[in-house]
This record gives sequence, structure tokens and C-alpha cells, in this order.
Amino acid sequence: MYAFLTGPMLWLSFAICILGCAWRAYMYVKGLSWQLDRVAYGHNTDLAVKGALKSIFHWLIPFASCSWRAKPVFATAFFLLHIGLVIVPIFLYAHVMIVAERFGVSWPTMPDGLADILTILAILAGLFILLRRFGLSEVRIITTRQDLGIMAISLAPLVTGFVAAHQSGDGNGWLLAHIITGEIWLIAVPFTKLSHAVLFFCSRAQIGIDFGTKRGGQRGSGIVW
Amino acid sequence: MPEGIYCNKRPITTEEELKALLSDTRGTKYYEEMLSLEVDREKLWATIQKTCKSRTKTWLDVCARCGLCADSCFLYLVNDCKPEQVPSYKIQSTLGEIVRRKGDVDNAFMRHAMEVAWSQCTCCNRCAMYCPHGIDMGVMMGYTRGLLYSQGFVPWELKIGAGMHRVYRAQMDVTTEDWVETCEWMAEEQQDDWPGLEIPVDKEDADIMYTCNAREPKHYPEDLAEAAILFHIAGENWTVPSEGWEQTSLSMFAGDWEACKLQVENVYAAIDRLKPKRVIGTECGHAHRATVIEGPFWAGRPDGQPPAPYIHYVQWVAEALREGKLKIDPAKRIKQPVTYQDSCNYIRNWGLAETAREILSYLVEPGYLIEMTPNKEHNYCCGGGGGFNGIGKFRPQRNKALLTKRDQILATGAKLVIAPCHNCWDAIRDLEEEYHIHIDWSFLKPLLLKMVIVPEHLKPKDEEEGDEE
Repeated sequence: MYAFLTGPMLWLSFAICILGCAWRAYMYVKGLSWQLDRVAYGHNTDLAVKGALKSIFHWLIPFASCSWRAKPVFATAFFLLHIGLVIVPIFLYAHVMIVAERFGVSWPTMPDGLADILTILAILAGLFILLRRFGLSEVRIITTRQDLGIMAISLAPLVTGFVAAHQSGDGNGWLLAHIITGEIWLIAVPFTKLSHAVLFFCSRAQIGIDFGTKRGGQRGSGIVW
Repeated sequence: MPEGIYCNKRPITTEEELKALLSDTRGTKYYEEMLSLEVDREKLWATIQKTCKSRTKTWLDVCARCGLCADSCFLYLVNDCKPEQVPSYKIQSTLGEIVRRKGDVDNAFMRHAMEVAWSQCTCCNRCAMYCPHGIDMGVMMGYTRGLLYSQGFVPWELKIGAGMHRVYRAQMDVTTEDWVETCEWMAEEQQDDWPGLEIPVDKEDADIMYTCNAREPKHYPEDLAEAAILFHIAGENWTVPSEGWEQTSLSMFAGDWEACKLQVENVYAAIDRLKPKRVIGTECGHAHRATVIEGPFWAGRPDGQPPAPYIHYVQWVAEALREGKLKIDPAKRIKQPVTYQDSCNYIRNWGLAETAREILSYLVEPGYLIEMTPNKEHNYCCGGGGGFNGIGKFRPQRNKALLTKRDQILATGAKLVIAPCHNCWDAIRDLEEEYHIHIDWSFLKPLLLKMVIVPEHLKPKDEEEGDEE
């Protein structure tokens, strides 16, 4: 079981995630239409690239957009959750060691203590975002079951991973749960709203191009996001 | 009843149909018939499959339901933060629902969607700046309006408006003859004060071709005269086309994309015919958006550019002041608290915030300009954009929406609002009539005329001699 989950199943999960995301990105770009979108793709390339990068940058960096600054508490929770879900797994010592053992490549890791803190903060941030969904009427009205499911799928690997890392003695059960939930998360990415892992960049780039080439960019006043 | 006599899926294409619809006062029968207008579900779904592509589909799918768009929407804020006014909810419960149900929606749903599309969104695009995923609900609401229009679920005034463009290529029944006569009449009227002033019609190869908003020749032709005087003072070599002079597009508000194309092609044909070096549009935001920003795409121009450089009036004014073509008498600068209304359509959607401030630096004595909060690209809609101003059925909602602008203006303490956009100008006039806050509002042209230094050689000879005596 363990061998299967860390062997073929892991490979399959990664393959589905990466190929699925590539497919989503490909389909997104392929489906763009200058006439329907009313954006002159392929013209003013310099401004387009500038607009796209500016648009992505302002939302990827904490508090770099007006919207993030207007909602500092949510923005903090948002970034903590995403750091826990994306940055921590990549630089976690245990993860990097597995890669090093199997493929002989490695990269810098973060101290376990920091990883623990970031994981706990990410879980708390996730819970806060969930509570916010119910607490604020403007978010409650747009919340769907899928949104709750996505949060469950995202938080499960964090919780199980944290417990597995701290269990003394036989941690096999939690470790297995961590691997399974991690794989579910990977497989879910291309098929659910988690596809924003790649579509965020597509969508942000597109609106960046729109504002950067058509809605003000040519007059040197691309929108300050 | 599949379709009514007044309310149906057919666009207005003849003057007779237009007059018939106009005769239905306030659309009474039209809205009655709408109650039983049938939805052509197959056609609706077929249209969606053909036009709801990558961008819109992704926007609908990836919306994280985070609610950050809520506070970006002035209609949400001004309506006591009603959750139904959250932009994400407005689009998901209309377009999102139509797509999820593959077009299988009924009459009641479509009427509800019509109310949301035309009374709960002015397509101001402000939410696009506040969404982490860059989702532009204004763009999607425009798309939704198109779907609703194609099924006959469109406010009566906008069905008429789109029909006007189809029949007259103008938002009002101003014919070519009416227009040319107005030009002649206005030029003649000014002759005493401005000897040699002309409104040249159909002059080829001029430096400037001027286009305007049909409301100007129809209801306040003095605006055209003011434009002519300012071009005269600036020494511009300009013209107006006899055909293709109207640059507004109520069809854009209605979601009648075919009429949008017909309208803009008419203006572009004038450009092709007269070959001006560039085109200048009047002080109107939506006209600029329709003809210059979106128009090229309707006309099938892949580079997104009109056939000649086409600028908004504030761009010309800023340039004329900068280059000294127009000189302001320092003694006549505005010395009372004044504020500026940034129009969604040429500020947020064309990037002229700083250009407008450049003009103000010439017109307003330092210290007297008080900016609204928020302002520039982040300014709120005037409250009447996207067709909201003109729809009688939604007047109570529109009046409520005006409160945002009223409060923004009141907070500045300004007594005068400069609003170089017809729509904003109308909204501010209406809010003054509705709420009596004792403010004035003005386009740029009359202000400039009050302040501009008139070169000696342009002054009437008699008056000059009289002065000397």
C-alpha cells in the first residue's frame, strides 16, 4: 500500500496535476478571441507584456494591490494559506530529502520549526477564511458547496502532514493519510476551482493586457491595481 | 404568446416600427407583453456556446467567491450593503445560472436578469480592479445584456435607443439634413461675435474631424457652437462630416451588438471619406468608449484602432492649453471650491486621469481644486452610467444610486463640478434636482469660453473700433 501510494500513485497524481494544468492553460489561451474579448492580442506586445506582468505582480506580492491593502486581514489570511500550501511543501526538509534520495537533485530547505509555524498559520488562516464565509453576508451569499469542499481538500494535507511529522512512534497512519490527501489535492487541481493555480496567471495576464494595451496603457497610465 | 407586438426578439429596423414603439407611452404595453414573452432556449444556448469562450467561462468558473468585489461596487455600498448587490452574486445568479442551466431558463428568470443587468450594474468596470483573479463583472454584464437583448428582454427605452441607431445612425432622430442645418444655423448665429467663424461640413484632408453626441444638435446646439468657437480661437483646420457625425451608442447600453457595428462603421466611413489627420470626439464618455475603445473591435479591426487617431475632448483641450493654442486669462481662473468628476469610460477605460488634471491646472487657481474620494481610476460611477440614466422603469433605483456621487461631492465642499461627460453631467444635474445640494456643474467648453484670451484679430471689428472710440 505504502509502496503503491508513494510509487505509481504519486507519479500518476503529479502527472495528472501537471499535464492537467498545462491543458487548462493551453485551452485558455487557445480560446481567447480578439473579437469576442475586444482585446487586440498580438499587437502592442511590449505594453501587453508589461501590463500582464504588472497585473500578476501586484496580486502575487502581499499588499501590493489596492484591493489587498483595503482588506488587510483577509489578505494576510490569504497569503498565509497560500504560503502553507505552496511554499512550505516545496521547501520542507522531508520533501526535499525524498526527492534527493530518488533523483539526486536537491535545493535549499526551510528549518522545520519555521515550517511548523507556517503550517499552523496556514491551517488557522484556512479556518478563518471558512468562518468568514459564514460570518459575512456578502461572502455567504456567494459561497457554494464546492468552495467548502475545496477548502477541505486543501487543508487535509496540511493537518495530516503536521500530525504525521510530530507523531512519536508509529506515525504510519497519519503519514498514509497525508500522502493520500496530498494526492487527492494534486489530482483535484486541474478539475476544480483549484485550477486557479494556473488560471490565476492566465486571467490576471489577460486583464493586464486589456488594461495595458486598450484601457489606458497606451497613454502611459496603466491601471494601478 | 411567443412574441408581442411591441415586445419581441426582433430589432427595430424601420422608422414605422420605431414610431410604433415610441407611441407606447412609457412602454406600458411593452412591459405587459414582456410578462408572457417566450424564451427561445435553444437559440440562447446556441449563442452561449458560440460566444461564451475562454475568458468569460474562466471568469465564471474560477471566481473564488471571496467577496472582495463587494466593496468595490458603489451599488452594493449605496444599497445598504445588500448581499444581492455583490458583483459576484449579480453575475453568478444571472449569466452564471443561464450557463449552468444550458439556457434552460424561463420568462420570470429573464425578467429578473434584465432588472439585475440594467439596474444593478452600470458596467463601470471598477470591480475588475479589486478582484484577485481580474474578473471584470462589468464586461460580463455587458455580455449578459447582449443575451437578454437577443431574447427581447431589454428596457423599453434602450430597445428604442438601439432602434434609433439602426434607423438614423444616431441615438435620436437627427437626420443628416437636421444635422447639417444645425451646423449652418449655429455658424450663422455666431457670425456677429465671431466674424469668419465656420462649421465646415465634409471638408477633406482637414487636421481634425469633429464628432459629437446627438443630444447636442437635438437639445443643446450651443455646445456645437462652443466647440466651433474654441476650434476657431485655437486656429484649427477642422471639419464635421455630414454623415457619421454621431459617435454615441445606446446600442452598446442595450447589448445590440449588430447595431453597434452599424453605428461605428458609419463614423469610420466618414473618416475614410474625409481623410482627416485625426478625429476628436465631444465631451462624452460612452461615446468615446463606443467609437474609439470598443468600436474598432465591432468593426472587425484586429489592431483595436480606429482608422485615424481618435481622441477624447479632454485630450484636445490639454494639448491646446499646453501648446498655447488656447490661453487662459489668469484673472479669470476659477476661484471657488471646485471638483472634477472622473468618468468611468475615458478615465478608467482610456487612461486620461492625469490629462484631466493637466487641464485643471490651467483652469483652477491653486488651492481651489478639491479631489473627490476616491478619484481618478478609482472613482465611482456617476450613478447613471451604462444606460441607467435613461430607463424610466428603473428610475427609483437610479435615484438611489445618485447618492454615492452626491455624498462624494458634498464631502469635497465644492460648489462646482466639472464633468466633461454627458452621462455624468446628466447624473449630476439629476442629483441636484432630486436632492438640492446647491451645486453647479459644467462641461469644459463653457468654462473655457469664459476664461480664454481671445486674440485681437478674431474680435469683431465694429466692437473693436467702438472700444477705441
